[in-house]
Amino acid sequence: MSTLERVQAALAGREFTSSVSREGTLVLEVEPAAVWETVRRLRDMAGFDTNTFVTAIDRFPAEPRFELVWQFLSSAHADRVRVRARIDGTNPHVRTIIDLFPGTAFSERECWDMFGIRFDGHAGLKRLLMPQAYEHFPLRKDFPHQGIEPDRLYREWDRARRERPVNRDLPHTSEKH
Amino acid sequence: MASTTKVFEYNRGSLEGDDPLHGELMELNMGPQHPATHGVLRLRVMLDGETMREVEPDVGYLHRGKEKTCESLGWRKFFVHTDRLDYVQPLLNNCAYAFSLEKLAGLEVPERGQIIRVLLMELSRIGAHLIYLGTTAIDLGAVTMFFFTFKERETLYTLLDAYTGHRMNNTYIRIGGVYADVEDEVGREIGKWLEHFLTAVDEFESMLSGNRIWYDRNRDIGVISKELALAWSLNGPNLRGSGFDFDLRKQMPYSGYERYEFEVPVGTRGDCFDRYLVRVEEMRQSAKICRQALDLLQKTKGGEFLADDRRFVLPPKDKVKSSMEELIHQFKIVTDMALPQGEAYHGVESSKGELGFFVVSDGTSHPVRCHIRAPGLMNVQAIPVLMKDRLFSDTVSIIGSLDFVMGEVDR
Repeated sequence: MSTLERVQAALAGREFTSSVSREGTLVLEVEPAAVWETVRRLRDMAGFDTNTFVTAIDRFPAEPRFELVWQFLSSAHADRVRVRARIDGTNPHVRTIIDLFPGTAFSERECWDMFGIRFDGHAGLKRLLMPQAYEHFPLRKDFPHQGIEPDRLYREWDRARRERPVNRDLPHTSEKH
Repeated sequence: MASTTKVFEYNRGSLEGDDPLHGELMELNMGPQHPATHGVLRLRVMLDGETMREVEPDVGYLHRGKEKTCESLGWRKFFVHTDRLDYVQPLLNNCAYAFSLEKLAGLEVPERGQIIRVLLMELSRIGAHLIYLGTTAIDLGAVTMFFFTFKERETLYTLLDAYTGHRMNNTYIRIGGVYADVEDEVGREIGKWLEHFLTAVDEFESMLSGNRIWYDRNRDIGVISKELALAWSLNGPNLRGSGFDFDLRKQMPYSGYERYEFEVPVGTRGDCFDRYLVRVEEMRQSAKICRQALDLLQKTKGGEFLADDRRFVLPPKDKVKSSMEELIHQFKIVTDMALPQGEAYHGVESSKGELGFFVVSDGTSHPVRCHIRAPGLMNVQAIPVLMKDRLFSDTVSIIGSLDFVMGEVDR
């Protein structure tokens, strides 16, 4: 039974388009609202038991701007499937799947960190790699490669440095020593 | 079967009565400069007496924006950056990246190139596992082990130096094969070292497996069940330590792994000790694969090791100097090596788990997206599950046994 047949049986009655990527992996394209249900069926009925990664592709300036990609691995059948949804750039958000795969928690946080895509229902959705006070989303195409400086973090650090009181009673200047 | 060894059982409730600090949660920061965190991992620990009630890993202190760098550098120039991801196994990272690009380009690697790659991948797996063994042992007090493993690793790196031209950060792998073929002499030296290495592994095991301290500090510490490990996307030796028999080299073979005879060790309990045993056995199996690869190299002497496709592979230097056409190819590849439009993913079984590159191309020389699927990130993610309600001293064993390298976790 091929991957496509298994997936078709699991997703019977649901709308999706399928294609094959260059390395031969089955790619399913679904509506953003249908991702959770698709993933649940893939997990429960098609045997895809572990998540490999969750990531996004920024197609700026095209619309819809983001392509979200979830990849799953079936250890019993030794094959992969990739689920893809295109989401809008103005308020990018999609339902989280951490209730199905707890192992996607960090990947979803990384997507938020790098692309600014919110995952509804993810309780601890905060930045993963960049500092919490960082204002930008570095992997977006409109973020320059050399970075944006000075941002708020740097400004705050600089202000604190300037406002720090100068200690005039340093040991080596004191007469006692 | 009756066991003669009494298994150390940690009783979760035993501290309730006699611990004066019990009941009051204390927040403790561990890292990012703590030596036992193997790099710059920071843990936020909520301690109840000496029991950890909540652990939150904080990563990103070594974030260098590798994925963004790939987008600006282009396909070819990113090779040197893959070395610096998991810096204890640069050749495996090179290979993983090359496989993805070859999938995208539709390139076939010649047989000899595949064999050389397998040999180098297994040698770097041995090197990475040696680092695991040495650093985990030194964290748990076995200082001598560190010198024993690093002595072997030093020899291994000298051999890799002879083979690839560099001790570390080799960048020896190219799209379509490997950079250069190598003389038989080096192969013989590797064969000699592998024989010696097997006795060295036995020595490591005789020093640790029966060691009371090592046993007590690893057995039944950091236990994770097979189902939980899968759900939390644990991979590599950590998943196999939980008794799940899954190895990409066996299940989804690449680079001709189906030709080699080797076994995949799996654990039974899913604790730190099982993960240690799995890694030690993996070193032996890697040595076995290396020996087979050396034999195959003897058989394919003089064969092609680099694909002959002038769209992606540099022409030989001597031809560049004599042929105008080859010079044009060289110029095109160096300045602007475009890959066909599309997307591809390939995962390899690295020493830490499934290392994969998800590459998306729009037909130009610069990628739209290059996502690095780092096994270490998934292993760090499971830290709260493994550490919850354990003693604080177990952090060292658990971090050591998960075996991640922050260069890869933070990318």
